[in-house]
Parts: sequence; structure tokens; C-alpha cells
Amino acid sequence: MAFQLVLPDSKSVSQAPSPLAYAVDRTFFYAAAAGALAIILLVIYILWEIGGQALPAIGRSGASVLVNTQWDVQNSSFGILPQIWGTLYSSLMALLIGGFIGVSIAIFLTQDFLPHSLATVFRTLIEMLAAIPSVVFGLWGIFVVIPFVRPAADWLHDAAGFIPFFSTSLSGPGMLPAVIVLSIMILPTVAAISQDAIGLVPYKIKEAAYGLGATRWEAILKVILPTASGGISSALVLGFGRALGETMALAMLIGNANQISLSLFSPATTLAALLASNFPEAGAIERQALMYAALVLLAITLVVNVAGTLILLWTSRKMAKA
Amino acid sequence: MTNASVLEKPTATAGAAIDCNIDKIYYGKFLAVRDSNIAIEKGKITGFIGPSGCGKSTVLRSLNRMNDLIKGFKLEGNVHFHGQEIYDKGVDPVVVRRHIGMVFQQPNPFSMSIFDNVAFGLKLNRFKGDVEERVQHALTRAALWDEVKDKLKASGLSLSGGQQQRLCIARAVATQPSVLLMDEPCSALDPIATRRVEELMLELKNDYTIALVTHNMQQARRVADITAFFSVDISQGGRTGHLVEVGPTDQIFDAPQEKLTKQYIGGEFS
Amino acid sequence: MAFEASPATPAMAIPSGSDGKPPSLGYNSFEPRALWNLILTLGLWAVAALGATPLLSVLYMLIVKGGARLNGELFTELPPAGFEMGGGIGNAIQGTLVTVAIASLISIPIALFAAIYLAELRPLSRISSVARFLAKVLTGFPSILAGVFVYAAVVLLMGSYSALAGGVALAVLMLPTITLTAEGAMHMVPQRMKDAAIGMGCTNTQVVWSVTLPTALPSIVTGIILAVARVAGESAPLLFTALFSNYWLRNITEPTASLSILIYNFSSMPFDNQIELAWAASLVLVMIVLGFNILSRFIGRPQV
Repeated sequence: MAFQLVLPDSKSVSQAPSPLAYAVDRTFFYAAAAGALAIILLVIYILWEIGGQALPAIGRSGASVLVNTQWDVQNSSFGILPQIWGTLYSSLMALLIGGFIGVSIAIFLTQDFLPHSLATVFRTLIEMLAAIPSVVFGLWGIFVVIPFVRPAADWLHDAAGFIPFFSTSLSGPGMLPAVIVLSIMILPTVAAISQDAIGLVPYKIKEAAYGLGATRWEAILKVILPTASGGISSALVLGFGRALGETMALAMLIGNANQISLSLFSPATTLAALLASNFPEAGAIERQALMYAALVLLAITLVVNVAGTLILLWTSRKMAKA
Repeated sequence: MTNASVLEKPTATAGAAIDCNIDKIYYGKFLAVRDSNIAIEKGKITGFIGPSGCGKSTVLRSLNRMNDLIKGFKLEGNVHFHGQEIYDKGVDPVVVRRHIGMVFQQPNPFSMSIFDNVAFGLKLNRFKGDVEERVQHALTRAALWDEVKDKLKASGLSLSGGQQQRLCIARAVATQPSVLLMDEPCSALDPIATRRVEELMLELKNDYTIALVTHNMQQARRVADITAFFSVDISQGGRTGHLVEVGPTDQIFDAPQEKLTKQYIGGEFS
Repeated sequence: MAFEASPATPAMAIPSGSDGKPPSLGYNSFEPRALWNLILTLGLWAVAALGATPLLSVLYMLIVKGGARLNGELFTELPPAGFEMGGGIGNAIQGTLVTVAIASLISIPIALFAAIYLAELRPLSRISSVARFLAKVLTGFPSILAGVFVYAAVVLLMGSYSALAGGVALAVLMLPTITLTAEGAMHMVPQRMKDAAIGMGCTNTQVVWSVTLPTALPSIVTGIILAVARVAGESAPLLFTALFSNYWLRNITEPTASLSILIYNFSSMPFDNQIELAWAASLVLVMIVLGFNILSRFIGRPQV
């Protein structure tokens, strides 16, 4: 197999790789290909396992699980509408708060509001936030956030209880503490991707804005943010995706109550919290229903994440052309 | 009209190290080079000149199959190296590159010590002899020894641009390949460093066969024994490079046969 | 309309309406756009301060509440039951280290090989683009689903919860992250360096080993450390794979405790002793995670 070049002069030390080198090269290639294939097979295997385990539940109750509101193990009646509602509602609220703060911080750190060295310190602080484990946030939420927001929540309920958001009182765990902690958890994701997106805005565009006599905020709001809007939207979508899949902090803070309410102060539940709290003790039938819930969660996050990734890809291509 | 020189069939010169008969080079659907037949003669420097986009680098890089790395690359024709077709099915490009060394446009030392950079090729070829002596020899050939002999352990990246390029030349000649391809080796260098590299090429010529792509006509005139002039036709939205004329350097510069060559040498386009 | 009509008319800027005077170029803080500028800037400072508060609060609580129990007993004792006093989190630290080690052993080799394939060997092939896309999707994958998957694939198969299953679940989370960061790191190696190796007649393997990997190594190690740090804090995938245990781990086929599950379990207990241990465990966990993060910053610094 080793091909040899025959040369008239033999002064050169050049020679073909040894048979061993060829064998190593080939083995190495196949090992690397196997690694890449492993990722593809893993995804297929995940879908196959979760889908396969959920199949009996899908066959038994079909789409009715999606609209049923009861999770009744005794009667084997399983519905996950409250969980779907809770997942979407908590994530959306967290996106509103965490997204706003995250984008603001991205502006704060990229538009010379701080001297360079301080900006680095602040950026590190925000990045550290991403490193705090979810369960630690849960613990902090129980012992810091809930006692802290309770007086305000009670006051709001008394004064403005007619507004649906404040229609119940906060008795401990509930939607609001969960949303607050969730906002904090997605904030670093949003801030980091938004900073990258703003960093991609060509300097000449900023220069052009200032050259026209724009103030700092006119340049930011009317030129820089619109130019970076693609990247910022993908930051928001990916932050939303992160919120959807978040489990532990929510399981610890949201109260795990099977109900649908607009109120920020009432306990609620999410798909991930349902899995976390019911899976370990579930019997065979309930486990199939839980697998169904897992599949729904997978589908929702998949759609959101694919959308976010595509937006990111699309905008970076657009930026590369510009 | 531009095809005139192609009509004279490439003579398989006895002294040719590489005999290159390229009919067409494609990148995907894009025809990058056509009809370029050159013999790279042994022990001589063959300079490739021409306007940018004329395919001179593409042709050079197809002589040691570096173009295989580019997706969609396809070559019609053949390239013989000491009588062996390097695009034959059984030929391993890795082996071809070990015999036909290359120096690139940008100096590209590895991020390892100066010594290891030069010894790299020796290790690659499982050289059994005295590595240190070879490294010293190569660095001396590359006119770099005196500057680095006291800091062989320093990173190759710590050198200046001109020194880095000479290091890359030392690295390429350490294994004494039979041919050295140099792709605009001076384009990133200042005039003084350029001059040193040119002197080096003239000196290396005694032992090596060199093919040199240069954007600088004067450089070709100074160092090349044989000059090949490439040009580009711009048609149907595509740019296709091709060889116009090849001959002894004096003849190309003083008495070019082709009108296009005359115009280019005369500075009518670039 | 890209910009507000700028007050080019000097009417506002020039107090005396005298004609012929040049427009004032000084600051005018009461002009609406200057006022807006000020309000927005103050607002931004407030929001930024708000964003930084939680971290400070979390760190404060960890140090005050968790620090109180930071002693030798914490690392050597087993968790207390019910009304017991004292106790430690020794087996949880052990369990976290073991599951993370198992996850690293499984995921790092596969991820590095995959990254080499994606970045170096066949970057444009169909397999690579599909694998790259799926890896990106997997990084956004809710971590609890890794637990659900491993429950079905490993726990049911082995017939019991185990440290091994927990490790596999964490490996599922590490694999795509390490693959993508390692691929990125290899991409950052300048093509001209790889060209140099190829031009000398290196085989693919030799190019990767002698040029790409050594050059990209600091960034790859950074990526690995960050992935390890991230999974060390994960709890959702361990809930029903590694489960929990009140005893020391003797065999990786047994269920094991972990710091994160201990915090989860103890946070809902009505005993002060357990709550204090939950804070202490949080402090240890955060120190491990932040320690890895800081380590990665030192390694990741470009070294020339």
C-alpha cells in the first residue's frame, strides 16, 4: 500500500511514512469518525428511548394528555396542561425580566459606560452568576427571595388584588419567586450573547452615527441595537430555551401545585418540576405518562433552540456579508 | 493568440525535475487555470510571474498536491515528478509533499522551539543520523544560524518576520527535498529581509530545484533562470489563468515572443 | 426617520434672540435630548446594579450561612438523619467527584475525537454538518431529559440506580459542550500553521498531533474544565440516575450521594441542622465550580 517514489538522487532524507504510520493514520481517522457518529447516534438513541417509553401513554390517551388538567395516579388519568402552562408562563415572565436586564447589561458593558478595567470586573461578576448551580439558586430563593418579596406581594394583593396578576396572596413558594430566580439564571446567557452581537456591529456604523451628531443614547437605541437586533433576538430565544428546561430551582420554588392561574403569587408547576418530583417514585403506568411529558418538554425546547440557533446562524452570515 | 506557445508540445526535458502539463484546473465549477505546460528544470530557479488572479500560485500548489486540501479542486492533465505521475490513483500526496517541499507566502513557523521547527521534518521522515548537525546545516544554509545559534530553545514565533521566513526555509531544506516550491516567500517581508531571502535562493540553487511564484517582476529578473509568464482571461464572469510564455529569463524580459508578455513587462497592465 | 430632528435651530441654544451670532457649542443640560441621555444613563446604572445584586447576595449567604459549618467534620462525616445533630457531607463530596470523574472519562475522549473529525478531518462532510448541528441542539437540551434518557437506557437495563448511571447522564451533557469548544479551538489554529505541516508531508494524524492539538491545547483544556465545572453543579440529571445514599460509596454500581442532590433534599427539611448543612454543601459546591472556572481562566490565557 505504501507508495514509493523512486528518485535518482538519494541525498534527500525524504521517505514515505512507515506502514505503522499509515496504520495509525487510518485507525485515527476511523476513531475520529466514530466520535462524530456517536453524537448523531446519541441524539437518535435519546429520541428512541424517550419516545419508545412514552409510546404506551401516547397510545392510551393520545393528545388528550395535552389538554387534561388532572394528574391523578389512582385513576391513571394524566394531563399536563397546567405543566405546559406553567412552563411557558414562567419562562416568558423570566424572559421579560431577565431579557431586559441582560440586554441592558450588554449595553452597559460594551458602550463605554465603565472604564475598561471596571467593565472587565463587572463582566466577570455576571459570568460568575452563570456558574452558580441551579440548586444553590433554589436554596437562596427559599431563604432569601421568598421572605424578601412576601411583604411587597401581600401589599400588592391587598391594594391591587383586582388585577389578575395579583389575584391571590403569596403563601410561600409560588410563581413570582420562581420567575425572579429564573430571570437571574437566564440573565448571563442573554448578556453574553448580546455582548457578542453588539461587538459585531462594525465600528464604522457607530462612527457614522456619532458623525451625524447623535448623542450616545441616540446612537445606541437607533443605530447599534437595531444593527445587532438579529443577534440579540437569538440571545433572547436561547435564554428562553434555557428557562424552559430549567428544573431544580423551579422544583424548589414554584410550589408544585397543579393549577392554571395568571396570578404571580399562586403556586404552579412546570414540566421539568413534574418530572423531578414524580419520577423517582412513579409506578410503571405513571412513568409512561411522565415519559410523554418529557417528550413534550423535549419538543418545546427543541423548537425554541433550533429557532435560536438558526437566527444566530442567519444573522452571523448576514453580518459576515455586510 | 494567447495559445501560441502551448502549441509547441512540452518536451520532456531530460533535466526536468517536474514536468507539468495542466489542461484545466477547476475549483468546483469554476475554471481557475487552463493550458499551462511547464518543465521545472533541475538545479535552476523557475520564476512564475503575472498579474494577480492569473493562477500562478494555483499551478505552483498543484505541483505538490497542496490543492488537494481545497474542496472541489480538480485537475485535468498530468504532473510528472521524475517521470512519475503524481496524480495517479496509487500516489499518496503525503509522500509527494515530503519530496517536494514548500515555503509559503506568510511565514508559518510552528509554535515550538527554533530547533524543533527545523528538526520537525527530520523526525517526520524518521531520520536516523545526526539531527543536530542537520539542523545547524539547514540553519546555516538559510543564513540564520549566526542569529539564532544562542537561542535554539526559543520559540520560533519570537523571531522577526524575516527571520521567521528564513526559519521556514531552513525547515523546508533540512530534509533536502529534491524540489522547493516558494509561493511569494517575500511578500510579507521588508526590502532588507527580501534581499537576504533572494541571496539565499541563489545559493540554494546549486543543490535544489526551485519554483518561485513572485508578484515582483524585478525579483524574477534578479533570481530566476527561467521565467514563466501567466495571464488571465476575464470572460463570462469568470477568471481563468493560463500560461502565456515560458523561456530563459533574459529572453522573457528583453525579447518576449508574445504581445501580452511584452505589454506586461512594459508595465501596460499589472 | 433615523434621528430626532436635531436642535440645529439655535433658537433654544441662544438666549438673546440676536441674529448673526454663531450657535452656542456649549453643553445645555436642559435640552430634552440631554435630559433623556441623563435619565437613560442613570436608569442603565440602576439596572446594572440590580443585575449584580443577586450574585453578591448569594455569595454573602454562602459565606455567612455556609461558612459557619465549614470544619473538618463537614468533610469526613456522613449526613445526619432526622433529629440528629452534627454530621457532614463527606459522602456527597465523594459522590460528586466520582460521578464527574466517570462523566469525564466517558465524554472527553469521544468529544475530542469528534472535534478532530469536525474541525480537521472532514469539516465539510455531511456527517460533520449533521453532528455539529445536533451538538448545538444538545447543548440547549434540558438537563433533566438527560436523566430521563439515562433512566430508560441504563437504570432500567442495570436494574438499579448507580453512580455509573449518574456519570453517564452527566457525560451526555458534557459531550456536546466539549466537542463544540474543542472544534472551535482547533479552528482558531491558523491555517498557515497547518499548511506548513501538510507541506512537509505530514499525514492527517501527524498534522493533528504535532500542530493542531498542541496549539489548541490551552483552549481545549479551558473548554473541558468549564464543562466539568458545569456538570459538577448539575442536579436534575442525577435525581433518578445516581439517586442518593446516606453512606459512603463503595462500588460505582451502587446509588451515590452528591452535593447537589443533598442540597435539594435538605432544603425542604424542617430541621435547622440539615438546612445549615445544605448551605455548607452549597458553599463547597460553589467553591468547586468557581475554582474550576478560575483555573480555566489561568489556562486559557494565550501563552506566547
